[in-house]
Amino acid sequence: MALVLNEEQAMLKESVKDFLNMKSPISALRELRDTNNPDGFDRSVWAEMAELGLTGLNISEEFGGLDFGYIGLGQALEEAGRTLAASPLVSTVLLSTTAINLCGSDPQKAMLLPELAEGNLIMSFAHEEKTHHNPTHVATTATLDGDFYTINGSKTFVLDGHVADKFVVVARVSGAVNDKEGIQLFLVDSNREGIKVNRTMMMDNRNAAKVNFSNTSISKENKMNLSCFEDLEKIYAIGAIGLAAEMLGSAQECFEKTIAYLKERQQFGVAIGSFQALQHRAAKMFIDIELSKSVVIKALKAIDTNENNLTEIASLAKAKLGQTLKLVSNEGIQMHGGVGMTDDVEIGFFIKRARVAQQTLGDYNYHLDRYAKLRGY
Amino acid sequence: MIDHLTEFRKETSAWLEENCPVSMRGQTKDIAELYWGGRNSDFTSEDQKIWFKRMHDKGWIVPYWDKKYGGGGLSPLENKILAEEMTRLRCKQPLFSFGISMLGPALLKFATEEQKGHYLKDIVDAKIRWCQGYSEPNAGSDLAGLQMKAVDKGDHYLINGSKIWTSYGDNADWIFCLVRTNTEVKKQEGISFLLIDMNSEGVEARPIQLISGKSAFTETFFDDVKVPKENLVGELNKGWTIAKYLLTHERQMIGGIGEADQKFSTRDVVVDAVGLHNGVLNDSILRTELVTHEMNLAIYDMTIERAIDEAKAGNNSGAASSLFKYFGTELNVEAMEIIMTAGGMDELAIEGEATSNGFIAKRFLRSKGNTIEGGTSEIQLNIISKNILGLPSK
Repeated sequence: MALVLNEEQAMLKESVKDFLNMKSPISALRELRDTNNPDGFDRSVWAEMAELGLTGLNISEEFGGLDFGYIGLGQALEEAGRTLAASPLVSTVLLSTTAINLCGSDPQKAMLLPELAEGNLIMSFAHEEKTHHNPTHVATTATLDGDFYTINGSKTFVLDGHVADKFVVVARVSGAVNDKEGIQLFLVDSNREGIKVNRTMMMDNRNAAKVNFSNTSISKENKMNLSCFEDLEKIYAIGAIGLAAEMLGSAQECFEKTIAYLKERQQFGVAIGSFQALQHRAAKMFIDIELSKSVVIKALKAIDTNENNLTEIASLAKAKLGQTLKLVSNEGIQMHGGVGMTDDVEIGFFIKRARVAQQTLGDYNYHLDRYAKLRGY
Repeated sequence: MIDHLTEFRKETSAWLEENCPVSMRGQTKDIAELYWGGRNSDFTSEDQKIWFKRMHDKGWIVPYWDKKYGGGGLSPLENKILAEEMTRLRCKQPLFSFGISMLGPALLKFATEEQKGHYLKDIVDAKIRWCQGYSEPNAGSDLAGLQMKAVDKGDHYLINGSKIWTSYGDNADWIFCLVRTNTEVKKQEGISFLLIDMNSEGVEARPIQLISGKSAFTETFFDDVKVPKENLVGELNKGWTIAKYLLTHERQMIGGIGEADQKFSTRDVVVDAVGLHNGVLNDSILRTELVTHEMNLAIYDMTIERAIDEAKAGNNSGAASSLFKYFGTELNVEAMEIIMTAGGMDELAIEGEATSNGFIAKRFLRSKGNTIEGGTSEIQLNIISKNILGLPSK
């Protein structure tokens, strides 16, 4: 597969771009924040995104999706990254739908995928328990008693957790915390008894709830089919790659805004972009973004062609984009000077999203370390 | 079409299997072991001679040049298949030649039909070994500031001045030069592209010893050298256009120097030198440097792959050559730094069996030239910021 988009994918990207520019520009995020919107996103825009088919990009036609694969979803995420669009695209489409695609039982798929494709269901993947991404740290337990599982434990950083209709909960059926064995996924309705959800507004004006499960009882049909730890890693790998695609969009937009400012801002009687001290830093950012584009498309293709080195390439993509977006969003502010520190201009929104995206599914350090381990050192 | 290519691959593979001597297969450790051609050259082995002759008879010294210039007349797809099969069977290049890689593209685009017939044929036949005369002692990054003069004397040009960083200038037969033919105009508009026989009276090439101890370059002096006027390529005073065209080619060549040319994996060298403890490198700081480097290298390869795919799809950015030159050479320098850190005191030895006579130390020292030759890293960043990002000049 060539590392370029085909016509269909390019058209999808264009139409998502037009749509988000119109319906969900950065000013929309500002308004959600300033009006203290209870959902943290615009439900009417979300409904339109579903109509466009974005909620079904990674769902097969059999279940009412568009079957565009992850290259398709990656294009949508990249465009969402450009306008910093707040929506359940990551929590629901990227993470939860992926989990159901990979580990759902046939009845679970038949019941949930059509609803997800329609955009009728908001779901959230509840996995983190620590301050940093840690796939093996699962202290949350699921205990089988007759026909029911009882869930106990606390999850943090549950994206869009306060509006989720359903959670995919990572819980332990056996073994000790940090064991790779004994981890399972469960579908849990958010209105079950014993669930406490605390909305946490994050720096990027999106939401990541703390969710507490206290003797939450669910029927055993809600257990999913996670066959091994590698399956869980695959979900995280796909999630990390999707995040990287979103971060690529943010990095490009932030960079373009900064270059435009370098051409416009006058000091000492000339445009500041004429100073070599800034030109070389801008050129290095350009190079990092070009490299980032390559690793993102390569990684998205690797999901669709089911490459067996997916975890390695996911670490590569997430680490690189973590580094690129950090650089570009930091430089964006520095190169805007004092005005970059003000809430009036949009450049500051990028650093906020950058930092939250960085911690989601493993930061730069996490993926660097894992890449080294996978490479045998 | 597909059938023809499948058939071509089959035939090519069979022909190479039958005709490439065993000793002409395998990794090329050093370009010095290849056949370079030229007036004073000799084959280093009978197999090398046989291999050159067979490929030459086939027209595959430069397979993609037109047959009338001594090439093989292969289509781009056929050429790609031949290259792939040669890589697969690990066949060595039958001729290593700056004539093919650096002068050829300029002649094909800018020379007269007569010049092409003459010079391209001599390159293919390995009769003439070429070198490049661009940089001067006072014209490095500011290449267009070059001063070597060519004065019109009616039937010839009279050349005075000197060139520097001429790769293998002491073994070359001819040199292609940028010369100053007009001093009255903007510096880029008074440069011409001239071909000079190194046997001409008044030409002298003196080797330059580098910090690595090697002398791959010369400083080349021209003292009242007479050059026939028909040796001018392209229009008078339009040499800068040719130079820019060729520099793009050169940047791509140097940028490709990374791991592919290195013949050893940075990771293997480091793991060997430092060792593992429970599967983790014994030096945590070096581990971070190594993994950062390995990630960049992997992504660099993906970027090459993407650039090729984009070019095939017709979205050529043109930005590519500066990016590859910059990043490829920075990566190479970074690799050598990591290897030197890992080797510690051992790799400081410049002679002796233990270090293969300072193999690593010499490569480390030589690597410092990568971010200078072919346009410094800083010049590449200038090109990106001006030509791609459109940032203003002062």
